[in-house]
Amino acid sequence: MTSKKVMALPYVFWMILFTIVPLGMVLYFAFTTEGGGFTLANFAEAAKYMPSLMQSIWLGMLATIICLLIGYPVAYIIAKASSRSQRTMILLIMMPMWMNFLLRTYAWMTLLEDTGIINDFLASIGLPRMHLINTEGAIVLGMVYNFLPFMIMPIYSVLTKMDKRLIEAAQDLGSNGVNVFRKIIMPLSLPGIISGITMVFVPAVSTFVVSKMLGGGEMLIGDIIESQFFGATYNPYLGAALSLILMVLVLICMTVMNQFSDDDEEALLI
Amino acid sequence: MSDNNIIINLKNIFVSFDDEPVLKGIDLYIRDKEFVTLLGPSGCGKTTTLRIIAGFVEPDNGDVFFEGKRINDVPAYKRQVNTIFQRYALFPHLNVYENVAFGLRIKKWPEKDIKAKVKEMLALVNLSGFERKNINLLSGGQQQRVAIARALANQPKVLLLDEPLAALDLKLRKEMQTELKKIQQELGITFIYVTHDQEEALTMSDTVVVMNNGEIQQIGTPEDIYNEPKNAFVADFIGESNIIDGIMVKDELVHFNGIDFPCVDKGFGENIPVDVVIRPEDVIVSSPEKGQVKGTVESITFKGVHYEILVDIGDCKWLIHTTKFAEVGKQVGLSVDPFDIHIMNKSSVPLYSDDAPASEE
Repeated sequence: MTSKKVMALPYVFWMILFTIVPLGMVLYFAFTTEGGGFTLANFAEAAKYMPSLMQSIWLGMLATIICLLIGYPVAYIIAKASSRSQRTMILLIMMPMWMNFLLRTYAWMTLLEDTGIINDFLASIGLPRMHLINTEGAIVLGMVYNFLPFMIMPIYSVLTKMDKRLIEAAQDLGSNGVNVFRKIIMPLSLPGIISGITMVFVPAVSTFVVSKMLGGGEMLIGDIIESQFFGATYNPYLGAALSLILMVLVLICMTVMNQFSDDDEEALLI
Repeated sequence: MSDNNIIINLKNIFVSFDDEPVLKGIDLYIRDKEFVTLLGPSGCGKTTTLRIIAGFVEPDNGDVFFEGKRINDVPAYKRQVNTIFQRYALFPHLNVYENVAFGLRIKKWPEKDIKAKVKEMLALVNLSGFERKNINLLSGGQQQRVAIARALANQPKVLLLDEPLAALDLKLRKEMQTELKKIQQELGITFIYVTHDQEEALTMSDTVVVMNNGEIQQIGTPEDIYNEPKNAFVADFIGESNIIDGIMVKDELVHFNGIDFPCVDKGFGENIPVDVVIRPEDVIVSSPEKGQVKGTVESITFKGVHYEILVDIGDCKWLIHTTKFAEVGKQVGLSVDPFDIHIMNKSSVPLYSDDAPASEE
């Protein structure tokens, strides 16, 4: 017992240093003035960024839903394939992740620009150019592209571990393909869906690179928080307050979703 | 075969997996309300046969008939059979009630009928009051009962059981054997039961189908299978046997271990090599001068009801079950009544086990 506790010490230390202390600092800064006194003014100021926050949550949700709609079928197809093609497909999905996030997003910039590859191609076949970059669509596209593997992987891993005999048992009891999916595969893959949603939604809501590079002037909450820590708008007190609000909102979202999945497993299907 | 009573009929079924033949021409019919056991060593094709009836495996060749109608193309979910799977395959995300109600919900039964049926089924398997229990917290025996209730709730005409008791301990297994047999008789439905346990097969079945290497070796009542095994494989697999190389001298006389033995079999021809099968409990141990053959006791093991002794008679060893004690190293006489000597054509099938003590060395 004691030896186990000793073994855990480095991790405890790590957690304290990089999770507890920073959280404490966020809390501290959020409620203090520049002089060091207690204040709620930071939150009052944060309130004027509410539209950005709502916009971030909206786009994050949109990206998460699209990731789920694309990711679930992909995960399902991979899980059903032979083990050799499974390895290949997983490799293809993971490969973009080996490259830096910023570089990948830059690549999308050159694709989507008004004089970018997509528009040049459209022009070359005689179609009108489209305004793609600096739109909300481009932001959502960037989020989906970057976070999709985080949706596919947990769902895939749950699906491959699923006991095939449960599917046979359901067929044996009269379920056709639709019912087998609705009553067995879907509810049993719910843990994978939940972790996929978490792993996509949380980073999507707070992203700032994607919106900055593909969204033009669009300021999402991540960009606003970032700007509080650099340059002319330096204001870590406001930044901390905004971060705290975002954290609490994400926490509420996740709690609501977990609750919702416990109560009614099929509701997520709709 | 024009019997109206036949509920399932398999005709000339061939199956192979990855070019490996698994079933080689299975012909089998099963009567309504019968308890049929498919018995054989692992890899003999018994589970595949069951899965063909359930609709999970499609035969490469041959036809499956259910109540006279060909059902090769009927998908599993439309067949009027239900399966109890080897490790139950209960739905882990549903409680006991929802597991049992599963098939009825698919059939869109009204809620109050479902409730009544589930109640009835849980009472049948002695699990009343377990409705809200979590499946994962039940013991193996209880899970087994839920699986039975879940399958029977659908009122199948035929229940398929794939080694359902294999995961239970011996005592529980014996209890469940009796209980399953009782359920089968109460509900009057056909049971097709797969097992590798010969004792289980003999205890529960009306008919036993012995399989090996993808072929049916013998079909018969438990008594037939045990007392009149058709070939050396069946004799060896069902119970213990001494299988000895012999020569049929003429009708009712067989020569083995250097002696002519009178027997009751005829029609093999003259001087034909045969397998001679003698059950260990059919050998009579006496003083050396009284026996047909003499031998030396090599070992003796106490088995509770009887002793198991191995007697060396020179060119081979006989396994004997007797209630009399015999000292190791002592000379004994052995004899066999003519009707306890079973003569079989030399089988081309390899024997089930290589530990048959009587094979000549």
